Amino acid sequence: MTEKYNMPDERGHFGPYGGMFVAETLMLPIQELNAAYQQYLDDPEFIAELDADLKHYVGRPSPLYHAERWSRELGGAQIYLKREDLNHTGAHKINNTIGQALLAKRMGKTRIIAETGAGQHGVATATVAARLGLECVVYMGAVDVARQSLNVYRMKLLGAKVVAVESGSKTLKDALNEALRDWVTNVDNTFYIIGTVAGPHPYPAMVRDFQAIIGREAKQQCLDQAGRLPDALVACVGGGSNAIGLFYPFIDDSSVKMIGVEAAGDGIETGRHSAPLCAGRPGVLHGNRTYLMEDDDGEIIETHSISAGLDYPGVGPEHAWLKDTGRAEYVNITDTEALEGFHALTRMEGIIPALESSHAMAYTMKLAPTMRKDEIIIVCLSGRGDKDMQTMAQREGIEL
Amino acid sequence: MSRLAATFEELSKTGRKALIPFITAGDPRPDFTLPMMHAMVEAGADVIELGVPFSDPMADGPVIQRASERALDHKMSLRRTLAIATEFRKTNQQTPVVLMGYVHPIEAMGYEDFANAAQRAEIDGVLTVDLPPEEAEECVALLKARDIDPIFLLAPNSSDDRIKKMDTAGSGYIYYVSLKGVTGAGHLDIADVENKLNLIRANTRLPVAIGFGVKDAQTAKTIAGIGDGVVIGSALISKIEANLDDPERAKSEIIELLKSMRQAMDS
Ligand SMILES: Cc1ncc(COP(=O)(O)O)c(C=O)c1O
Repeated sequence: MTEKYNMPDERGHFGPYGGMFVAETLMLPIQELNAAYQQYLDDPEFIAELDADLKHYVGRPSPLYHAERWSRELGGAQIYLKREDLNHTGAHKINNTIGQALLAKRMGKTRIIAETGAGQHGVATATVAARLGLECVVYMGAVDVARQSLNVYRMKLLGAKVVAVESGSKTLKDALNEALRDWVTNVDNTFYIIGTVAGPHPYPAMVRDFQAIIGREAKQQCLDQAGRLPDALVACVGGGSNAIGLFYPFIDDSSVKMIGVEAAGDGIETGRHSAPLCAGRPGVLHGNRTYLMEDDDGEIIETHSISAGLDYPGVGPEHAWLKDTGRAEYVNITDTEALEGFHALTRMEGIIPALESSHAMAYTMKLAPTMRKDEIIIVCLSGRGDKDMQTMAQREGIEL
Repeated sequence: MSRLAATFEELSKTGRKALIPFITAGDPRPDFTLPMMHAMVEAGADVIELGVPFSDPMADGPVIQRASERALDHKMSLRRTLAIATEFRKTNQQTPVVLMGYVHPIEAMGYEDFANAAQRAEIDGVLTVDLPPEEAEECVALLKARDIDPIFLLAPNSSDDRIKKMDTAGSGYIYYVSLKGVTGAGHLDIADVENKLNLIRANTRLPVAIGFGVKDAQTAKTIAGIGDGVVIGSALISKIEANLDDPERAKSEIIELLKSMRQAMDS
């Protein structure tokens, strides 16, 4: 690649993907948001406040940890873990909520809404709302409320109102629908903090830019610790925010392979999965054009994954573009494989990963042995597994 | 002249306003829709908005969401909605039919295939909630080439620039969403609607239909005094929902409500 990567265009298009597919009432707020975002992106005061928060509140930079024992055991590439699990609230999600909440404050909004799947984004949003003294409402599919009850309790402790969404498939996509409905109704005082690189422009670009700290740090840390760039990047892809956060600063480094790992659920061939890039078609949902899981009539179909955070029928439009151009590769990992990844990291390195991140771990277990010992993989450990203890215990027939 | 243009011209000659009922195709069952459409015309409807059910109706309130879910449970789809419209046209050549829905099912069919199918079904207008003019160029060109009116929404927070944009991109009529919210939401502020209509009229000569929040004959009459048409959706679908075990009863209640609106609007 000789020309510098420069996506999206000013209306949010990544090639045919992205864009602003919203109802008219939301056109003004997303234009206002975009204007505010463009303004503060270059505002030294805003950047300084954001950096200070990331350092002192979130705990950045997060370590890049050389998983030596695991690398040795797998017998191939050296595996480095980007430790987003060590962030305040336990996942990468807060990198984005800190940024958006500071924007909300600058825009004079007094009320924050969010959607959440696993509850990590909901917790990260409730956290920043509590800190800034803003009202906070989190929409969560009723199915997810049941399987991530610990996070529901955390959000409530933090002062957020959690609304269980009973429509459609009662998961993340329906939570997003409901949050959009709230936003349409309360546009004047409300800021919608979307938790991943989905939604209409400017969200996919804005969330990417807030998450890109993952890749910027990882790049510098890798140069410092190993003296060179990595050979491959691996990250799980739900909406795709931790993946694009890691990938983005490396896009122009063509020697670095980028691999996104989707959730194959029971297996792609069963149809019960959450892998739109691997097995979907382009379409329009939640304000942008991207790969989607749909039936022949164009209805969005239900997704399946052991991890609530990957249970989404769409994916950020930039990933759709990176797939089509071949710059990134997208693979998939089943529930069963993800559990192997979960246990492997836990037992080999003493780190309990989130089930979402476990998909990236499981793919790393396949990839590392195919590479040389002097090659390097950076894997995004997007979150910690505390929130999944109930799910895991249940699967193993243990009552907590 | 398009059927929609002819309808609004005819109405304006007699000083009447368009009564525009909305129902979701296939709700509560696929065989309910066609006779309901004919009955609504008899009750005084001038234009019919036929909702295409979608799995993720982001701009709709709970009533129309559930209508979509009921229709989808019966495998209603864009294709089958077009089939219903085709049947309707066999015995009604006058009443314009406007498809209302979301862009995804249209993308899934393909813009060109959809435009051709809509033309074959003699659809008069297409209103796509989440396809603003900025993203609609390709679709609008295909529809206009087939004399199908692309209908756009305006909202209380739409700027003059955007009104002009809709005026250029759209035809048939403009749909003014009378409140910030989803379909079926609370009550609308008449003074606000009046003020906004003045701004809209200053920027377009297209007829303006007003919807969202019209629930009874009195509101329909008031709104008819401001716009060129009144759209009523959730209030009708509530009748379906209240009578799921007795669709015939739902039908007669819908007819009754439409007749009372017609009467109030014309008096
Ligand atoms: C720990 C963790 N990783 C990954 C994800 C998936 O989101 P994304 O693909 O946007 O990074 C989630 C979402 O909830 C999460 O909690």
